[in-house]
Amino acid sequence: MFKALADPTRRTILDELVDRDEQTLFEICSRLINKHGLSSSRQAVSQHLEILESAGLVRTRREGRYKFHRIDTTPLDAIVTRWPPRSDSETGIEPAPDPTGNDR
Amino acid sequence: MKIQWTSVMVDDQERALQFYTEKLGFTKKVDIPLGEHRWLSVVSPQDPDGVELLLEPKGHPAAAPFTEALVADGIPFTQFAVDDVHAEYERLNGLGVTFTQQPLEMGPVTSAVLDDTVGNLISIVHQAQTPAE
Repeated sequence: MFKALADPTRRTILDELVDRDEQTLFEICSRLINKHGLSSSRQAVSQHLEILESAGLVRTRREGRYKFHRIDTTPLDAIVTRWPPRSDSETGIEPAPDPTGNDR
Repeated sequence: MKIQWTSVMVDDQERALQFYTEKLGFTKKVDIPLGEHRWLSVVSPQDPDGVELLLEPKGHPAAAPFTEALVADGIPFTQFAVDDVHAEYERLNGLGVTFTQQPLEMGPVTSAVLDDTVGNLISIVHQAQTPAE
């Protein structure tokens, strides 16, 4: 899962799946190209989706003739289980400057 | 030379004619029996002498695998221009048309993708400004 999240294009794919659930490969590619200026080929995006799917972060659903992708954040629970968030009073550490930090 | 005809490959010409006229709102232009199929075309009522869309039978064995592969990945091979993608989406949704992509704004272009029920995905597109010549 960490390897799946390590790639900026894959994180962008997840961002876009949060923006709208249930997207075709075509829509994901359109968003990467038009909203993010990424030049990934359809083949490359397809491979990114396979990696995200094998990490359990993306689920696919076939409906009739087409295939939709959706985000599944369940595997991320392992992160907060392993490293639970702690309040500042417990740690005495200054909060991070920008907790939502743009990591792209 | 000019572009006068373009084609979509359809599972069934009669069902295609129904969808393209009754749902999308095109009008039948030419309908001539031709062997086991028809030379069948529709035009936009906004441009009745403009480009004709031929509803072509999938006669060739490669046609079905080709269109099925495009549809599986959500790829619209054919695009139509509309003035208002959101309004068309609402209208067609009300007529029971299935969309695989709801209206999506990307810069000057808004598009949505619908299923024509005869084996193709179609994109309806509005461009806020025409690109520089």
